[in-house]
Parts: sequence; C-alpha cells; structure tokens
Amino acid sequence: MNLFDRLKNIDRRTIFVLIALSVLIPLFVPIKLRIHVSPPAQGLYDAIDRLPPGSNVLMAFDYGPSTMPEVYPMTLAILRHVFSKDLKVIAMALWPEGASIAQDAFKTVAEDEFHKLYGVDYINLGFKAGGLVVIQAMGTSIPAIFPTDQAGRPVEEFPIMKKVKNFDEIEMIVDLSAGDPGIRHWVMIAQARYQKKVGGGCTAVSAPAFYPYLQTGQLVGLLGGLMGAAEYEALVKHPGSAIKAMPSQALSHAVIIILILIGNITFFVERRRSRKQG
Amino acid sequence: MRRQVPLVITFVAGMLMIISYFIPRQPFGGLQNLFNQWFIVIVAFALILGALNLIKVNAEKIRRKRPGWGYSAVLLITFTVTVISGLFWGMEQETVFGFIFRNMFVPLGATMFSLLAFFIASASYRAFRARTIEAALLLIAAILVMLGRVPLGSYIWRQFPMLANWIMAFPNMAGQRAIMIGIALGTVSISLRIILGIERSYLGGGE
Repeated sequence: MNLFDRLKNIDRRTIFVLIALSVLIPLFVPIKLRIHVSPPAQGLYDAIDRLPPGSNVLMAFDYGPSTMPEVYPMTLAILRHVFSKDLKVIAMALWPEGASIAQDAFKTVAEDEFHKLYGVDYINLGFKAGGLVVIQAMGTSIPAIFPTDQAGRPVEEFPIMKKVKNFDEIEMIVDLSAGDPGIRHWVMIAQARYQKKVGGGCTAVSAPAFYPYLQTGQLVGLLGGLMGAAEYEALVKHPGSAIKAMPSQALSHAVIIILILIGNITFFVERRRSRKQG
Repeated sequence: MRRQVPLVITFVAGMLMIISYFIPRQPFGGLQNLFNQWFIVIVAFALILGALNLIKVNAEKIRRKRPGWGYSAVLLITFTVTVISGLFWGMEQETVFGFIFRNMFVPLGATMFSLLAFFIASASYRAFRARTIEAALLLIAAILVMLGRVPLGSYIWRQFPMLANWIMAFPNMAGQRAIMIGIALGTVSISLRIILGIERSYLGGGE
C-alpha cells in the first residue's frame, strides 16, 4: 500500500488517537494563546456592565451535564462579572438538571469567591417544567410560578424576592442554554412581549441559529461554546477552564481541518485518475 | 363525542391564547394566566407519567430477559436510588443526591457528549467532500469559521477572527433567518389547522 492509498483510507482508530492526542497534549504542555473577543461576547459584557448596582438579573440555567464543559465556564465567568458589579441574581431552570448546576455555580462563585448571602444577593428558584409557558406565566407573576426556592422554602421569606413581582423588576435576563427550551423562547416571550434585555450563552453548535436575534438587537449579546466562555473569561480578567482548554480546541480544530484537506486531496486525485482511465 | 370534545377544547384554548396575545386585558388576560397554570400542572404530571412508563418498559424487559436487560436493571437501580435519596434527604450539595449528581451524572453526561468530537472528526474526513460548488462553498466557510473561532486562526492571519465573525453575522444570519421565517410560517399554518380541527392526527385513531 503506497502513501496515497494510506492517506485515502486512514483507519478511524488512527483518527480517534489523533484527536485524543490533540486534546491531551496541550493540557500537559501549557501554551498561552491570545483571545480575540468577538462583538457578540463584547455586547453581553457591555450590557451587564452598564446595569446599575443592585439591579436584578434573572439567570436561566437551561442546560444539563452533557454540555457543562462548554456552558459551565461561561456561567462562572458571567457570575463573576455580575457579583463584581453588585448585581443580584435570581436563578431558575427550565431544564431539570439546571437547578443543581446553579447550586454548584453559586457555591463556587457567590459563596467561596464573593462571600455573597443567599436570599439577599442571590437565590435559586429551582426547576419548573413547561418551557415557554413558564416564561409567559412569569411575565404575570414570578412568585406564583415559583412559590418556593430550590430547597422548598417560601420565596417571600427572602429579601431579594420581596419586591419582585414579575419581569418589571428584572433588569436583564441571561439564558445559559443548550437547546430547547432556551434562548429562542426567552427572546420570543421575555424580549418580544415584555421588552426585556436578553443575553445568553449556548453551545457552539447552536450559536449560529441566534445570529438573526443579534442583528435585530433582540439579543444584546451571545457567547458561543468554549470560545465564547474564553472570551468572557478574558473580559472579566479571570482566566478559567475555558482559556486553559483553548489550546486543546485549537489543535483539535487544526487536526480536523488537516483531515478534511487530506480527504479532499485524495478525492480529487482519484477522480482525475478515473476520468483519465474512463 | 370522543372526537368532538377534544376538538372543542382545542379550538377554545387555541383561540383564547391568540386573542389574549393581542388583547391582554380582562377577561382574556386572566383566562390566559389560568390556562398557563393548568399547562404547567399538566406538564408536571406528564413528567411523572414519563417516569412511570420508563419503569414499566424496563421492568418488562427484565422480566422477559430480553437482550440488554442488564442495562435496564442498572437503570432501574440507579433511578430508584436517585429518587429515594432526593426525596428523603433533599437535593442540596452535601446530600447523597448531590454526590450522585456531581460525581456520576455530570462526568457521564460530559463523556457521552465529548465522544461526538471523535465521530465528527472521522465523519468529516470521510464525507466532507467538495463534490459540487455548493459543497465547496460550505467547506471553505466551515474551515474559515473553524480557524477564526480558535486563537490559532489569529496567529496564522490576524483577520481570521474578523472573517469568521463576518461569515456568522451575514451569510449565516441570512440563511438562519430564511429558515426561521419558513419554520414560523409552517408553525402558524399547522397551528391554525389544529385549532380549526382540520388536522386531527394528534387525536390518534389513524384519521
């Protein structure tokens, strides 16, 4: 078998090993890469940055453990920004696993780093099934939809919820999403119907679908995938797991591009050969 | 009656939601809120129904010793342990539920999703070919975005990130918007068909 045949028929196990190495090697050999901040990430940062201290930010945790490697780093970066600006966070989830993820994120950022008080500076309202209808109902009354927090305590016990009736008391909504229900539904109801500022973060694969909302201004900003998380970490000047993972992502992208090019070169060479023969 | 009653309920509920969007005042606004709350309650029951169905299907598989019944046993055991721990000891971080969530569910979920990277790499090598002009355009755009969306791109050429942003913000946005408008028109048309009782397949019975 000559080199051409070998390149034409690379075994999938070889590809798997190449991808594994491209992810693993940069984790052991740290490389510092420059992060270029995209306009959608800058838009989200600016929108949060402009909020006056004490404003309520509603954060929806609409993702699960499978997408945590991409979305969780941006969650932490946004929380760091929000708490550094003395904003108040009301967390909720339209995905069942989201409520537990919010709990972990608050433990890391709110409690350990910023020493914020539960019920005063932030609250976790937990999960509610119903997707778009939950958002619509929150427009009328948030305490009616979430009468208790994640642990089952009545929300009226907490100072942060004392004045919160509906979206009127929410300055901005940040949805961290990995699918449906997610950003699209928050834009459809909270922005289009209640004119709330909506920003978000999502997996890289779903980010392209939200660009029409960015262009119309219905989304103030968007973080797409691990790169979006790295951009936000760079903006808040707190390098975390996303920036650390960037070399791995860069190298694995390079490997995939090289594989695509090899596949196409062999395809064209073979096509040319078969035309000559035919 | 078995067909007429659901059709009437669908018509009334559908029309009310449409009217209340344009006229949010009473009585429509109040009725909409009531319907929303009913929907949330029904969805909660649907979740319970889903869980019960999951138990039924997997218990049946174990009872009949169908191929892969061992996986069903694992599913039922872990399901029971998680539900019991969550119900009796709460879902806080320090509880058994929290331990299961953080140390089992999170790594397993992330592992499943990360396997995609391997399959995507293998599939793009085998199938991503510039066979036509359209496919070539897609391939070039994909490579430019892949390079522009990682820091490596800006080291090769400083304009790569800007180029990737331009592709996302213009050609991609235009395509996405066309898809979005198409979906919206399709949704409006199918919703009207359901509300007016023309589309009845959701009632079952093969009609």
